[in-house]
Amino acid sequence: MHALVKHLRRALLTLFLGGLLGATFLRFSPGWGTDERDLDPRLSSESRKAARAEYDSERNVLLYYLRYLKQALTGDLGVSRSFNRPVAELLRERLPETARSLAFGAAVGMLTGLALAIANAYAGWRLLDLSASLLGGLSLSIPAGLVALLCFWLRAPVSWAIALAVFPHIYRYAAQILKGAYDAGHVLAARAGGQSEPRILAAHVLLPSAPELLALAAVAVTVAFGAAVPIEVICDSPGIGQLAWKAALARDLPLLVGITLLITVMTVTATTLADLATKGGRA
Amino acid sequence: MTPGMTPRMTKSQKAAAAMFLLLALVSLTGIGGDRASLQNREAIAAPPSVQFPLGTDDLGRDRLARLMEGTRVSILLAPAAALLSTLLAAAIGGAAGYIGGRIDRIVVTVADLFLSLPWLLLLLAVRALLPLNTSPMASVMLTFLLLGCLGWANPGRMLRAAARTAAGSDYVLHARASGIGGWRLFWRMVVPNLFPILLAQFWIAVPIYVLSEANLGLLGLGVSEPLSSLGSLLRELTNYASLSRNPVALAPVAVLVTIASCLHLLVNKEQTRSC
Amino acid sequence: MLTRLAAVLALATLLSAGLSPEETAATLRFCLRSDPKTFDALLVEDEPSGVIRYLTSGYLIRRNRLTQELEGELATKWQISEQGRRIDFQLRPSLQFSDGTPFSCDDVVFTMQRLLDPALHSPVADSFLTGPLLNQRAVQTSCAGANAVTVRFPAPVSALADQFDQVAIQSAHSPQKLAAVMGPFLVHEYKPGTHVLLNANPYYWKSDAKGRKLPYLRAIRLDIQQNRDLEVMRFRKGELDIVERLDAELFERLAADLPQSVSDAGPSLDWEIIVFNQAAKAPLPAYKLRWFRSTAFRRAISEAINREDICRIVFRGHAQPAAGPVSSSNRFWYNAALKPDAHSPTAALQRLEKDGFHRVGGNLVDRDGNKVELSLITNAGSKIHERMLALIQQDLAQIGIHITVLSLDYSSILERFTRSFNYEAALMATTNVDVDPNGQKDVWLSSADIHQWNPNQKSPETEWEARIDKLILAQTETLDRDKRKVYFDEVQQIVHEQAPFIFLVNPNSLGAFSRNLKNVSPATLRPQLYWNADRLYFSGT
Repeated sequence: MHALVKHLRRALLTLFLGGLLGATFLRFSPGWGTDERDLDPRLSSESRKAARAEYDSERNVLLYYLRYLKQALTGDLGVSRSFNRPVAELLRERLPETARSLAFGAAVGMLTGLALAIANAYAGWRLLDLSASLLGGLSLSIPAGLVALLCFWLRAPVSWAIALAVFPHIYRYAAQILKGAYDAGHVLAARAGGQSEPRILAAHVLLPSAPELLALAAVAVTVAFGAAVPIEVICDSPGIGQLAWKAALARDLPLLVGITLLITVMTVTATTLADLATKGGRA
Repeated sequence: MTPGMTPRMTKSQKAAAAMFLLLALVSLTGIGGDRASLQNREAIAAPPSVQFPLGTDDLGRDRLARLMEGTRVSILLAPAAALLSTLLAAAIGGAAGYIGGRIDRIVVTVADLFLSLPWLLLLLAVRALLPLNTSPMASVMLTFLLLGCLGWANPGRMLRAAARTAAGSDYVLHARASGIGGWRLFWRMVVPNLFPILLAQFWIAVPIYVLSEANLGLLGLGVSEPLSSLGSLLRELTNYASLSRNPVALAPVAVLVTIASCLHLLVNKEQTRSC
Repeated sequence: MLTRLAAVLALATLLSAGLSPEETAATLRFCLRSDPKTFDALLVEDEPSGVIRYLTSGYLIRRNRLTQELEGELATKWQISEQGRRIDFQLRPSLQFSDGTPFSCDDVVFTMQRLLDPALHSPVADSFLTGPLLNQRAVQTSCAGANAVTVRFPAPVSALADQFDQVAIQSAHSPQKLAAVMGPFLVHEYKPGTHVLLNANPYYWKSDAKGRKLPYLRAIRLDIQQNRDLEVMRFRKGELDIVERLDAELFERLAADLPQSVSDAGPSLDWEIIVFNQAAKAPLPAYKLRWFRSTAFRRAISEAINREDICRIVFRGHAQPAAGPVSSSNRFWYNAALKPDAHSPTAALQRLEKDGFHRVGGNLVDRDGNKVELSLITNAGSKIHERMLALIQQDLAQIGIHITVLSLDYSSILERFTRSFNYEAALMATTNVDVDPNGQKDVWLSSADIHQWNPNQKSPETEWEARIDKLILAQTETLDRDKRKVYFDEVQQIVHEQAPFIFLVNPNSLGAFSRNLKNVSPATLRPQLYWNADRLYFSGT
């Protein structure tokens, strides 16, 4: 219980800092406060001046952020400048799209990587290792955005591109972890004691490696999200990744703060669960 | 064959071949020079020929020369960025997992922040803050430097978990009981057990940084003209229709796969055990 | 058996797209680049909202995109008097909004009052503020009979009738309020991030020559798609019927496989230009400012750049070298006497030598020995600009000028243009939607904040800028179109000679449309392919 409270405190602090840092980045980045209307000859100079004045409420980033958090507690995440719609509404619409791609991509990438790593560690077939390495090498050699375009062309879900991005990370890490586990002295002792290979795999390799293997879940989620941004942008997939990119380009402070808070929640949840599982798995 | 063991066959020879290929690539990229940016305006998108072995691109530039230049840029900068992120991950993640306590909690919070923040915005901002006369090479070096500095968080968490496991292992307890402690224990007992993961991370990170630069290029944040990189050359692959007319555009993919495979073989040369 | 299976599969595909077979056959499909920001026609600023406004709204006067002439729509005729202070409209009788609400002069009064309400901040209102309009509330709109409306302005409004091309009439009495429209289509469904579906307006007032009610199409589906490669892919697969504003590379790809589907309507109104920073407050070394303020320097750069190669290589022949701010497709306002600078590095160097520059080795240096090196910024992600810059780098290297390219996102570029002025030169694409140069007035007036090369001048710093100011104001105050043409011809001549903008090319209007789509008449004004959406139809329907 105490550990849970500690994790929750840390999560809240991370959330607060994440939003504040995101807001600060954007507020002080070149291009904040500019608008397409600045160069629109159809508008009068008074209208252009009025457009610039709309950003005055965001000048003091700390005050803005505290006001934002206060409103956020009531469910109001502000109005996006670039979309002219409530941020909460935008996030609600787009989260399912990203969640679907991420969940599928992370799960398939993770399961495939783990399965191949376990099979390779157990059977030691060079062909298996070679094939997995080649697949990993290929998926590391083509940008996620291009793979996504290929998926689009072949009418395959673009979440396969995310799975391909996640797979080599998981496979390589898992292969090294399992190799290290097989090299441990107690495995040699178990083999010398006449235990069967399946039992050695289950009890002496997978079980002690479980904490590190579970930590890969956090890796899978964060790699998946990192791949999701270029994939969603390039494939026009209306998810959170595309929204984040548009918010960054447009210097849309309300939208970017909302997205940063959401991503921080997702990341902290994934890493906290992995940590708790790790602690639970340790003797 | 016993599970967990791979036979010692020709790993050293393979490693040597891989090293040779890698070096050959690096040395070949020194050839080409100014040809990479020279436009032959009467030979636009020309097919392969004696004069242009891989043909020319949409501005009449020698594809082979641009591939060499791009490989040089990527092959020098991507490993540097990978090394930087790996070392940062080892130092920060490894130390946090070993020390534990408040340091560990702080590092985990910082890592989570690194994983959550909109770094594309930082890349946009840094690019916008560059002095007007920044050369394309300086700009791409800065991009790789940033990628390296930002890329420690994921492997850092992996190494933290591994360091924690190692710190609680029997042999470390035994070493502590023997009077070895503090940073000496960390360097002599924990760090060697992190090497496999560090090497795995480095092997994965190199092509990832090349691809990160390619993804940035697809988003419009790649190298500036007239410089080329493997990432900027991979951008041509978005034009699937012309690929069938001009399959040599796939050459950068072949080079990247070769680089990734060579690194893999080099890293794995010590993986064999004797039965 | 196979035929039946194919029919079942086709039906399944159609149903999975959310439309029934009858509807699909008469549904036009094309893409918006992003979500529309508003469905209020008077608040339109972005392009997607403008597309929806065009397809759903009714207007008193409309510019025919093909002939470029004004035509009466909801108004049968109009008359301008009192030196441009007054316009009288005769309205078409017995028309209705899309919900059956009758159209009357009250709706015009309501629309004008709403448009000019300062609290609304309508961007369309600004186009009426060309004179010293002291008070927007001083504009009086009144009914002058059952089907007549008079609008009075306190000061003359330049090109008064043209401004009504953007004023969508809204209903004063409809229970549906702003959702009631008078255009050929109305908004039926909007799924954010996915599509907007427009249905035919059952009360649309137009019929064809045979008395058949328009529009012929049953619906228009606008998918939200930013990626141009994907848009073209989908067009190839038959998922889209129209693709507008194709770039040359995508156009060539389609032309190779579907030659009967592509359309090159000739030079558009858009510009590709280079602008040099001449602002005194720019944080640049004084010697660079001296270069950029030298007409000889700018003209030499213009002569050193090979426009023909840009047209041939970057635009694959689908562009025209530009000489000034008006492209040849703008039939009335184009100054045909102007010719683009011919590519001549020799002439460029001679001009530079007269201005004190000389070559040292392979580099050009100024009279004080400073090597001529400068940076060119452009917007990131544009392959067209990347290629143009590569060609320009090589062209200028021939006369010893070294160019560094910096590609930035649009917000960063705006920041440099409007706040910090921290740039040396920029390659820009400018989109022009109107033929009348009045819309660009603030670009040419030296006191304006968007007088790009040296904004917000208290008084014109050069004689030629003073002359341009005089001419622009004169054409603003004149109702006689021919007289305005004379003034603006001189503006174009001065701009060509002084080269504050180096006009490079006018890209062509490129698009593609399905072979089954009939009555398409490609125009250079936007929208190029569906400007007559009410008369488009699919063969077989």
